[in-house]
Amino acid sequence: MSFDFEQAVSLLKTEFPQDILDTKEYRGETTVFVNSEKIASICGYLKNNLDFTFLADLTAVDYLEIKSPRYEVVYHVHRFGVDCEENIRIRLKAKISDKEPTIDSVVSIWATADWLEREIYDMFGIEFAGHPDLRRILMPEDYGPFPLRKDFDVRNREASKESFEKALEEDTD
Amino acid sequence: MGVNADPLLGGEGFLTTTIETLANWGRKNSLWPMPFGTACCAIEMMGVFASRYDLSRFGAEVARFSPRQADLMIVSGTITYKMASVCRRIYDQMPEPKWVIAMGSCTCGGGPFDSYAVVQGIDEFLPVDVYVGGCPPRPEALIDAVMKIQKKIEMKGAPVV
Ligand code: SF4
Repeated sequence: MSFDFEQAVSLLKTEFPQDILDTKEYRGETTVFVNSEKIASICGYLKNNLDFTFLADLTAVDYLEIKSPRYEVVYHVHRFGVDCEENIRIRLKAKISDKEPTIDSVVSIWATADWLEREIYDMFGIEFAGHPDLRRILMPEDYGPFPLRKDFDVRNREASKESFEKALEEDTD
Repeated sequence: MGVNADPLLGGEGFLTTTIETLANWGRKNSLWPMPFGTACCAIEMMGVFASRYDLSRFGAEVARFSPRQADLMIVSGTITYKMASVCRRIYDQMPEPKWVIAMGSCTCGGGPFDSYAVVQGIDEFLPVDVYVGGCPPRPEALIDAVMKIQKKIEMKGAPVV
């Protein structure tokens, strides 16, 4: 039994007529632009009704001065099948704006989103509403800036030094 | 050190030396490294410990993963600021006397990572004795660094407490 990919996309469209904003095909990969406010229900539908059980990756892009709204959160979801053709991947993109960038968490749908969302929060400062434990994951916890934002100077080591000195002080106490 | 083999003084002879010289002679030939490997350079360091390059020829093969038992810290790999406090803490836990080798471009000056997270040279927070350039350095270069440490111990030594 092969899985009909077109049908999956059209099912999504009929289920969420208002919230599927656009679809793009590029080199056999399908990208679906979705309404960021509905991300949790769209992801839930993909998993529970269409069997996309695996969140392969979750990341974000900062399109400062290139696109507006500024951020895109990107979801790569995968559906396993017995045959090669049944192994299908789909990409969701949700645009979110500059002011207080927030999007719903999908941790309750795919548990693997936990650390991925923490990483996005750490690097871009995008908040995930409903995340069980939204802390920094790579940078020190008292670190201030969000280093993958395009308006952050990647060579700016001041904040890192501050955290380092604080950690040293705590050691000597 | 001097050897005295005069039969009048006891047949088989004896050595004269100072406690410092003797202690430093022992230290120099039995360095116990603390391998602080955080990135690709650590692979090359493992090569140095293994049979092909065999650091035990220089008495320094007993890699100690407890800083309390080590007197030579080989920092090999990229050191981020988050790791730097750990690195410093481990250095502080090593008993005196102790020496530090900065192995690879990353530890010497940040290497290819001119970024917000990476320390631009571990001498920002550690007293380094020998710098080894290279990305990664050849095993021979690390052996040379160990021999330089041996030279340093021989020439300058360290007080016997
Ligand atoms: S100096 Fe080069 S090989 Fe060594 S840790 Fe840095 S990047 Fe890796």
